[in-house]
Amino acid sequence: MAITTAIRNAVAACWRVFARPSVHYSLGFLTLGGFVAGVLFWGGFNTALEASNTEAFCISCHEMRDNPYEELKQTIHFTNRSGVRASCPDCHVPHQWTDKIARKMQASKEVWGKIFGTIDTREKFLDKRRELAEHEWDRLKANNSLECRNCHSAESMDITKQNPRAVKMHETFLFTGEKTCIDCHKGIAHRLPDMHGIEPGWNASAVK
Amino acid sequence: MTSRILIAALVLTAAIPALLMGGVSGVVAADGKPGPALSGPVVSSGPHPITLDRPAEATNREIVDDVKRVRNYADQPPLIPHAVRDYQIDLNVNKCLTCHDRRNVEGSQAPMVSVTHFQDRDGQTLGTVSPRRYFCTQCHVPQTDAKPIVGNRFRDFDAVLSTAPAKEGAK
Repeated sequence: MAITTAIRNAVAACWRVFARPSVHYSLGFLTLGGFVAGVLFWGGFNTALEASNTEAFCISCHEMRDNPYEELKQTIHFTNRSGVRASCPDCHVPHQWTDKIARKMQASKEVWGKIFGTIDTREKFLDKRRELAEHEWDRLKANNSLECRNCHSAESMDITKQNPRAVKMHETFLFTGEKTCIDCHKGIAHRLPDMHGIEPGWNASAVK
Repeated sequence: MTSRILIAALVLTAAIPALLMGGVSGVVAADGKPGPALSGPVVSSGPHPITLDRPAEATNREIVDDVKRVRNYADQPPLIPHAVRDYQIDLNVNKCLTCHDRRNVEGSQAPMVSVTHFQDRDGQTLGTVSPRRYFCTQCHVPQTDAKPIVGNRFRDFDAVLSTAPAKEGAK
């Protein structure tokens, strides 16, 4: 009971200080000072956010550098004829601000994993890969493969330049909206986990 | 001091074949160009002196037009007419079978692996692709537009039959 009262008193004291008009500082100082402080805070926040949204930041942890990044380097999303390449955040972080913040908050779990060494060896990583991959498949399925479509737009796809088999697939599944990219294109930038029970997207029995 | 002598001895030993070659055969002309003994097909890794720094041949383009090729002989594993870059074939997944497996051909409309692939080495037909047939690219390979570096007088089975002398057939 005494503790509750003490907390209540402390909160009330804080509120009194907060609500009292300023005695020593002018309105102009407080307004301009608040503005400058706001600019500094917001600029700093966004700078830090962008710094955490780079490949260099991702592969500063050995878990990412030795596993997914090493695998990415062999795929067409890293090395190809035109030299345009995808970096980690291009596919794994939404580009819109609100979605990005939501993903960043989710990613705090990854900090937990880093601290407690959830995947700090190759063996642990491989054991956990199916679960991690499923998270990414679910995320891309839920946002209609948004990160794929940031670069690969169905509208800009010239299907006359594609193989007949790719044309048929895209006409049947992509343009009709029946499927989304990740349904068929799993494991395009990293090695796949054990795929037992996962049907390819073009199968009728695949999960809609 | 002893180590220096040892190194000198080793260098001399290593130089002996080169000295002999230069003295006896004279294969390499003084300007470093290959002599007449080296004429014939130009092979980048071929019989030119190791001191000659020959530029690498251009990489050939993969044939990815999705058009099936005729088999050149009975039992030739059909060629792969599409890109197979980054195709994963391991314990976790076989990317080829996601289209060519019996259960998946309806959706993919790809040619199904033949029934011979379902048999194990004892001739028992299994319900799925036999483990000894699992690694597709051991037999099935994509092609490039590379020109053959050596000649080839191979003729198709039908071509051989049609040009066979008639009298031999009559005997």
